[in-house]
Amino acid sequence: MKVWKCIVCGYVYDEAAGAPDDGIAPGTRWEDVPETWACPDCGVAKVDFEMAEV
Amino acid sequence: MRHQPVVIIGSGLAGYTLAREFRKLDAETPLAILSSDHGGFYSKPMLSNAFAQKKTADALLAKDATRMADELKAEVRAHTSVAAINIQRRQLSVNGETMSYGKLVLALGADPIRLPLTGSGAEAVLSVNNLDDYRRFREAAEGKRRIAILGAGLIGCEFANDLANAGYTVDVIDLAAQPLGRLLPTDAGVFMQRRLEAAGIVFHLGTSIQQIDRAGSGLRLNLANGEMLEADVVLSAVGLRPRTTLAAAAGLQVNRGIMVNHLLQTSDENIYAIGDCAEVEGKVLPFVMPIMQAARALAPTLTGNATPVCYPAMPVAVKTPACPAVVAPPEPGVAGQWRLKQDVDGVKALFEDADGKLRGFALLGAAVAEKNGLAQLLVQ
Repeated sequence: MKVWKCIVCGYVYDEAAGAPDDGIAPGTRWEDVPETWACPDCGVAKVDFEMAEV
Repeated sequence: MRHQPVVIIGSGLAGYTLAREFRKLDAETPLAILSSDHGGFYSKPMLSNAFAQKKTADALLAKDATRMADELKAEVRAHTSVAAINIQRRQLSVNGETMSYGKLVLALGADPIRLPLTGSGAEAVLSVNNLDDYRRFREAAEGKRRIAILGAGLIGCEFANDLANAGYTVDVIDLAAQPLGRLLPTDAGVFMQRRLEAAGIVFHLGTSIQQIDRAGSGLRLNLANGEMLEADVVLSAVGLRPRTTLAAAAGLQVNRGIMVNHLLQTSDENIYAIGDCAEVEGKVLPFVMPIMQAARALAPTLTGNATPVCYPAMPVAVKTPACPAVVAPPEPGVAGQWRLKQDVDGVKALFEDADGKLRGFALLGAAVAEKNGLAQLLVQ
């Protein structure tokens, strides 16, 4: 399981936790997160997230 | 045919986000980004919550100017000053040279408002609006203990919480009677205040600074209510003023910010404005989410596909760990009433109009979990 971080606001997407508030189930791999999904805190596009060191 | 270059003045969140979005659509047109500072990319929202994490300014710099230039296939000019825009000739005067543009984007940002303070310590007051400011502030606070913050708004409260978590003694002074006065109804403001007080922050509300003087190695603040405070460092966070001087001198229409329409176009058809310097159809929205929306609309517009900016509900997160908050203040002029539901864990405040429609909200503490559901119900 990997962790991804919004380059703008620092919001963290943890594959293990998912983003249940956005309808993304725990355990959803990053590549399976819809391309239209954006950072829930600041709106940064999915492609502008970067993998964070764990 | 070779396209005329797109020139962006400003390398903050607005400038670089626009550049990224533009490059997703157009890999060919020459792109130049003119920066008045180092030209590196960093997360501005992190500046007000980096102290407790012991982050230095260098650690916050995500990518330097060279790397940004490489990634964006753009020319990034650091430490560049634009003296004038000649809108008839579509030329800029840059560091004494002339530079031509096809489309120009003003992403100039805003200046921190400076209160007119008197006393021998007035010029020692700092503000943090960019990475270099953060560096100076960190250096000033190094090894010190007491920090006074002017302003109990969003940035003031975020810094107060962060500095308290980093071990500083923090005083916050504001003329308003409650923290986050522009964003929260009274009782919610009080809830926030109590939580921050429990984290060790001392508020001095309904008062202002009369005088600030040097006293030993620190500063002494005399407040209008007669109180006297000692502080090692004073941080001002009383708001921002959009940078309009360059635009006004070029003959563009400015009001509070540089005036733009729904295409982010100024009064000159080849010049656009975005971010903290822009007043979009009467609104200045110095937050991240509106910048993202604006950049995603302006990028296609610059490639010839006119795309109006369209804001969805944009709740703003207040990064105060002692009392997490999400606010979506009602638009100015909307009539209605706040309804509050409060318990020990949080506050849910809903602003409803006469028809019972949701026009704004504020969520504190545990209630922030309801953000997404409420954002969908918001009527704009």
